[in-house]
Amino acid sequence: MDLLRFSTAGSVDDGKSTLIGRLLYDSKAIFEDQLEAVEQASAARGDPSVDLALLTDGLRAEREQGITIDVAYRYTATPRRKFIIADTPGHIQYTRNMVTGASTAELAIILVDARKGVLTQSKRHSFIASLLQIPHIVVAVNKMDLVDYSEARYQEIVAEYRAFAAKLNVRDVVYIPISALHGDNIVSQSQNMPWYHGATLLHHLETVNIGAGRNNVDFRLPIQFVIRANGAADLDFRGFAGQIVSGRIAVGEEVVALPAGIRSRVAGVHRGDESCERAVAGDAVVITLEDEIDISRGDMLVRVRNLPHSSNQIDATLCWMSEEPMTVQGPVANSFSGQWYWLQQSTRRVRASVQELNYRIDVDTMHREDAQTLHLNEIGRGQIVTTEPLFFDSYQINRATGSFILIDPQTNNTVAAGMIRDRARRVSELVPQQEEKEAPSPRTARSSNVVWEPVAVTRPMREEQNGHGAAVLWFTGLSGSGKSTVAKALEQRLFALGVRTFSLDGDNVRHGLNSDLDFGAAARAENIRRVAEVARLAFEHGNIVLCTFISPYAADREAARTLAPEGSFWELFVKCDVEICKERDPKGLYARAERGEIPNFTGVSAPYEEPLQPEMVLETDRHSVDELAQQILDALARAGIVPGGDN
Amino acid sequence: MDDTTLSAGVEAAEAPQTAGDRNRIEDGGQETDGAPTVEGASTQMRHAAPLTGHLRQLEAEAIYVLREVAAQFERPCLLFSGGKDSIVCAHLARKAFTPGRIPFPLLHIDTGHNFPETLAFRDQLVSKLGVRLLVRSVQDSIDAGRVQEEPDADPSRNRLQTVTLLDAVAELRIDAAIGGARRDEEKARAKERFFSHRDGFGQWDPKNQRPELWNLFNGRKLNNEHFRVFPISNWTELDIWQYIAEQAIELPSLYFAHEREVVERDGILLAIGDYVAQRPGETVNRERVRFRTIGDMTCTGAFRSSASDLAAIIEEVATARVTERGDRADDRRSEAAMEDRKRLGYF
Repeated sequence: MDLLRFSTAGSVDDGKSTLIGRLLYDSKAIFEDQLEAVEQASAARGDPSVDLALLTDGLRAEREQGITIDVAYRYTATPRRKFIIADTPGHIQYTRNMVTGASTAELAIILVDARKGVLTQSKRHSFIASLLQIPHIVVAVNKMDLVDYSEARYQEIVAEYRAFAAKLNVRDVVYIPISALHGDNIVSQSQNMPWYHGATLLHHLETVNIGAGRNNVDFRLPIQFVIRANGAADLDFRGFAGQIVSGRIAVGEEVVALPAGIRSRVAGVHRGDESCERAVAGDAVVITLEDEIDISRGDMLVRVRNLPHSSNQIDATLCWMSEEPMTVQGPVANSFSGQWYWLQQSTRRVRASVQELNYRIDVDTMHREDAQTLHLNEIGRGQIVTTEPLFFDSYQINRATGSFILIDPQTNNTVAAGMIRDRARRVSELVPQQEEKEAPSPRTARSSNVVWEPVAVTRPMREEQNGHGAAVLWFTGLSGSGKSTVAKALEQRLFALGVRTFSLDGDNVRHGLNSDLDFGAAARAENIRRVAEVARLAFEHGNIVLCTFISPYAADREAARTLAPEGSFWELFVKCDVEICKERDPKGLYARAERGEIPNFTGVSAPYEEPLQPEMVLETDRHSVDELAQQILDALARAGIVPGGDN
Repeated sequence: MDDTTLSAGVEAAEAPQTAGDRNRIEDGGQETDGAPTVEGASTQMRHAAPLTGHLRQLEAEAIYVLREVAAQFERPCLLFSGGKDSIVCAHLARKAFTPGRIPFPLLHIDTGHNFPETLAFRDQLVSKLGVRLLVRSVQDSIDAGRVQEEPDADPSRNRLQTVTLLDAVAELRIDAAIGGARRDEEKARAKERFFSHRDGFGQWDPKNQRPELWNLFNGRKLNNEHFRVFPISNWTELDIWQYIAEQAIELPSLYFAHEREVVERDGILLAIGDYVAQRPGETVNRERVRFRTIGDMTCTGAFRSSASDLAAIIEEVATARVTERGDRADDRRSEAAMEDRKRLGYF
């Protein structure tokens, strides 16, 4: 069973508590004595009906005032998934608590009251969700029963939200019309809204792709603690304990310790009592190295050829969380003569001061404003200097190494949450007007959100007429591994069966759609992003989409995966020994790459990250093209996507 | 360093945890030293399959928190009640620091109203883990005049133990007390942070908690303040039981169905024993029961059950319609009983 952490925000008026109460109640996560206690409490204060908000508002002050002040965590599970719900307040004076709840969420439910439309509070929550890079957003249009389950009203709200969301950096938005009170589209499909063909809320929560926010590529192990043990048989154990925050590592791989910069190889990977060959992001491990290196808490183990940024000046978005306003030092020579803060990032804690505040963002209008300081619950962008260098990635790429908090050394309170954008830049580069003109980098494109124009003919309708399901088949592998060959053979078979197909090929899109991109890592990411978007369009039109791309980076493939519902995106790893690929070399590319004529050539001068959990592995050096095409066809039939198979 | 041993593949038996150092106690004192039988505790582990899914994530989260405590504080301790949650915490602490030893002692606040099974189990576990055990007792607090026994026939010492705990924190200069509380237990606990700040009086201020972002835990504090830390905050009762089953963790026999004499009082089944006597008008019955939580004999209710192994208990917990603390007389005192007690420094 896997685990989804999601957040909700809003006030009692939006029906937030009713929604959570409904989710808990319908999935049987509320117990009889809890319900009884809530009934008694409601009756005692003379409420006309049972107030489910009393289930989540656990503090006396919250129940007295009928508002949510602090995050409450709730737990529920279905046979498919365990859910951790961070129920956060929506009022502006508790923004810091909303940020706390959202910081660990992988999905955010934004509640909109169908009668009132998109209010400030929904916008604020959306903005914070985009700021914290929550990968999935669900806009739950609630109280549909009070607008007579009107589709027109629903579409109005969707259009309103979409116009607003265009200004945000959100990737995946799903709209669901619900009535939390009556249970419409919560667990089962609503009889009152036959015009809605999408998933119910619970179904979406159960199937949405998790791990989209996880970085499986860049190995980072911030050291928490050094474990020593002196044993009998001359065995001096010295292991470095920490949680792998991104990427993966295996025994024998070369690593470098920062800040010392000394290299060694991994001698052992331990998870509790278990010695393992490899470990992945999320695992709490102890790593031993082949060489004696001085490493202590706050240091970081990374790969030699994949280093984080290192700098003592950073450019960051800050959310201020203290009653005491932020102290801005100004660009003076000695930044530490006045107020300074502790900055805690990964396991490192260093002294820091805010040199410059570039602007404040009005959370409700998202306008950038000139400001001298940040007050409680305000958000802005600033330049920070630290006494010792930090090792970081931008928050966009890596939430774990791109986030930090500021601590007031006098009160010891956590006064700010920070998200690193980049190394510090000169103030002249950062005036708001120029910021507007900045060309969006591939991963941060503001319009990359996938917001759908309502369609007259939906995918389920097309699938029914076509007589087969839609899917995205993503063939990944080295150049010359046989991706296109297998895909072509499969497409001919599908065509013969009357299945609607759509092909996207690496070379072909590079001639047109993506002719402006080179082969660096950033351009490859953008190449895959565009292709994935096109694939999604074709998928939504009921096709089986065959994509053949080297797509060497796991993160890019994961990003593509998030665009389709679970079970619809198949990663097909076309596996072939690189030496055989070189022998085949159908386009003579390996030969040219080895002569140095082609830079960044995967398998020669650029890395290929093998899929960890592909849906299928196609070994072209061991099976014939026909066999492999038939294997895929059989699997599609078994999955019920194309006719045939067991059913 | 013997590399061949350290990288010897997947068999846990080959891992260097056989190195005996974790048993070495550097500082003496009145603590109970662990006997050198670490093997006993870990033998069963070798057969446990690697964890997957949500349990693997929850375990990694708890281990991360425990290591943060060891790194950020000077004198932490693990509050140990003998209940399943603190047993799981002790198990996690062993895994977090193996093959080293757990770098903090266990602290038991002894109300004097324990089930005898709890104490026997505690001593056995301490000896297996090779960890130091500190005991501070409510009876001593009563004798010293720090607290007064409730003027009741079967007095509950539940509230009194807060004073003993805070006195122990001051005496031992504890800066972080790790506890096995879970957010799913109770509505005030649902509001807890992982690192929960306590002021100089040991008080919790639930309306003004420090923001806790990502997994960046701020353990900075003034001299007389301390933290309560809850590594298994995100675990549910079912998660605990599944984890106990997967890791083959030993538990006191009280958790499994057994026959004992009970009396029904205010809708709660209490076990008759040294601290709970039959009152006029009450009948004592011999019933097949087990306990979902273990606290004092005076306030922990038993319930009728025939679940005598872990599989049966998991089935029972998965289909339960009453919360596990539903049988706790201490929570029934008012709607905000837990919040009020926690504000004053309760566990």
